[in-house]
Amino acid sequence: MGLFKMPSLGSDMEDGTLVEWLVAEGQPMKRGDIIAVVETQKGAIEIEIFEAGTIGRLLLQEGETVPVGAPMAEIVGLDDEPVPAAAPPSASASAAPAQKAPRPGPVAPPAKPTPSPHAEGPSGRILASPAARRLATEKNVDLAGLKGSGPGGAIVSADVPGAAEAAPGPKGQPRQQARRGLDMGEMRKAIAAAMARSKREIPHYYLQHTIDLEAATSWLAAANAERAPTERLLLAALLLKASALALKQYPELNGHYIEGEYRPAKAVHLGVGIAIRGGGLIAPAIRDADTLSIDTLMAALRDATQRMRAGRVRSSELTDSTATVSSLGERGVEGLWGVIYPPQVALIGFGKAVLRPAVIEDRVEPRMQVQVSLAADHRASDGHRGALLLNAIDKLLQTPETL
Amino acid sequence: MSETETTYREAVRAAIREAMLQDERVFLMGEDVGAYGGCYAVSMGLLEEFGEERIRDTPLSESAFTGAGIGAAMGGMRPIVEVMTVNFSLLALDQIMNTAATIRHMSGGQFGVPVVIRMATGAGKQLAAQHSHSLEGWFAHIPGIRVLAPATLEDARGMLWTALQDPDPVLIFENALLYNMKGKLAADAGPVDIGNAAVRREGDQVTLITYGGSLHKTLQAAEDLAEQDIAAEVIDLRTLRPLDDATIMASVRKTRRAVIVDEGWRSGSLSAEISARITEQAFWDLDAPVGRVCSVEVPIPYPKHLEDAAIPQVPGIVQAARETLGR
Repeated sequence: MGLFKMPSLGSDMEDGTLVEWLVAEGQPMKRGDIIAVVETQKGAIEIEIFEAGTIGRLLLQEGETVPVGAPMAEIVGLDDEPVPAAAPPSASASAAPAQKAPRPGPVAPPAKPTPSPHAEGPSGRILASPAARRLATEKNVDLAGLKGSGPGGAIVSADVPGAAEAAPGPKGQPRQQARRGLDMGEMRKAIAAAMARSKREIPHYYLQHTIDLEAATSWLAAANAERAPTERLLLAALLLKASALALKQYPELNGHYIEGEYRPAKAVHLGVGIAIRGGGLIAPAIRDADTLSIDTLMAALRDATQRMRAGRVRSSELTDSTATVSSLGERGVEGLWGVIYPPQVALIGFGKAVLRPAVIEDRVEPRMQVQVSLAADHRASDGHRGALLLNAIDKLLQTPETL
Repeated sequence: MSETETTYREAVRAAIREAMLQDERVFLMGEDVGAYGGCYAVSMGLLEEFGEERIRDTPLSESAFTGAGIGAAMGGMRPIVEVMTVNFSLLALDQIMNTAATIRHMSGGQFGVPVVIRMATGAGKQLAAQHSHSLEGWFAHIPGIRVLAPATLEDARGMLWTALQDPDPVLIFENALLYNMKGKLAADAGPVDIGNAAVRREGDQVTLITYGGSLHKTLQAAEDLAEQDIAAEVIDLRTLRPLDDATIMASVRKTRRAVIVDEGWRSGSLSAEISARITEQAFWDLDAPVGRVCSVEVPIPYPKHLEDAAIPQVPGIVQAARETLGR
């Protein structure tokens, strides 16, 4: 029997809060199934399981915060005995994981002033202690209905129903209000930590190149002509595919720099920078991007964009990227110089595709072009190899039909 | 284990004697510490035992003799400097803060100042406004020194030796009301740690945080609260700098309520610092605003009834604890 543990969803993650179990005890699972939603700084993340088996006992209660590595559930392997439907509590059940106080969440808004059993402060807010507010949020209890016994009639933790509950068990608890979606404040903190670390630790070098897109845009126009709007391909799909194929050729730009050592990756899992409306940025991985057809890649990109913006992120998407592509798209500007997302070693940046005068043979012609940049970790590669990577992307985009 | 009946004064004297016997670099200097035996009679008899070389009477010049002690410490000695009261230590504040606390840093670690400076603090003996204040919180503001406040016989007996082992300056504040405190002390009592606060009484409804002379009033208040079915936990800080945040927060997280009892004035005090730290570190565990019982913001008065009214007393501590429970 194995234990499913709180996964690390980034080097800056210390703990996670279980928002919701998506499985029940005794439920069979296969690799890749989503078993829970966990809240981190990056928002609510759907956690996948990477082994087949059957869910044993759930060791965490919704709302609990535990450090990375703490056991969340028992997994009974296919070869093991099946779990009894109601396993009696065993010694390991009482060996509860180290628990930290849950991160304080938003507080239920106070009700309109009606004759209420509790006191109100000078601002008209319900008089409730910080501990009571935290507990009420955890228990999904509305403070407005409670009677206060504390100083000045304030609601204190003992006044919140369920405050004195015994050791938490997975069953029979009031359902937690699942907080899904993105916490922009926390996301900003996560970006700040990752980017500051990147600029502090990674000796970036930068290269820039201009790519002629006439072939790519012509091919795209033809390919889209017969497609319904929802099926149409975006230029971004071509840029991503070309980048993924090029990264496959230059392994010193596709991998991770960990503990003073560069570790090239076997596959190309391409992180794609997706801007979140209202600010914020997330870069989920498109797995094995170099092997996907353009249509599959486009579908993956659409799916990821929609889910990211709805705050539904899968755990593997946040940790698997081997390199990142950031593309500003039509509403951007002509160039961007990226900051590498550690522990990756390369970030490819595409500006907005624009019509520019170009010299073709002896004539000046208007041509569709895009500026591509590479920010790379000089500990893992040198500029010569980086230049070859950008040239390879250029070359691939001249034969879009082969992508 | 055999115990002996002793006093706080005798415990401090025993600690000095032990240090003198165990380390020949140790000597005591201060006003009237020799022939007179110390203004609180702590060093009575030591001149006869150790002689003028090691029990040194000084002129009435705190800045000069504290500076001499600092110099001796830098030169390899282990001086114990006695300042008569904390009010007088202000004359030596320049030496303590600008020299003792800084030399380690300013010399890039080349020189340390392993001096121990003892002084009496606190009110209650009708010594009026120039001999009765509790300014240890001011010293606890200064990086580069350690500040101790022994409140029990064990700590009076045991903190000095540990302080002398510290490579940096240590200040020991002895509350003047404690010198006559009697109690049992183990015959083999010896050095104690100077890094942790101590839980002197356990309880789960309110944490009372204090140190020094207020400890015994606070323990009495906890006893009174117990009769009212309120279980108070009492923390003796012991070390005022650096503060043992972990012990404080563990207790406050358990009880969800805290009252700080500090004989210093309220404004800008050590109690303010502790309250701020509780708010910073345990805010979401609180069920009531942090309470404080401090001295009234006046120069400590001479008349007995006014002096008593000016400093923390048991009924005020009980009242503050009850208020955190809404009673």
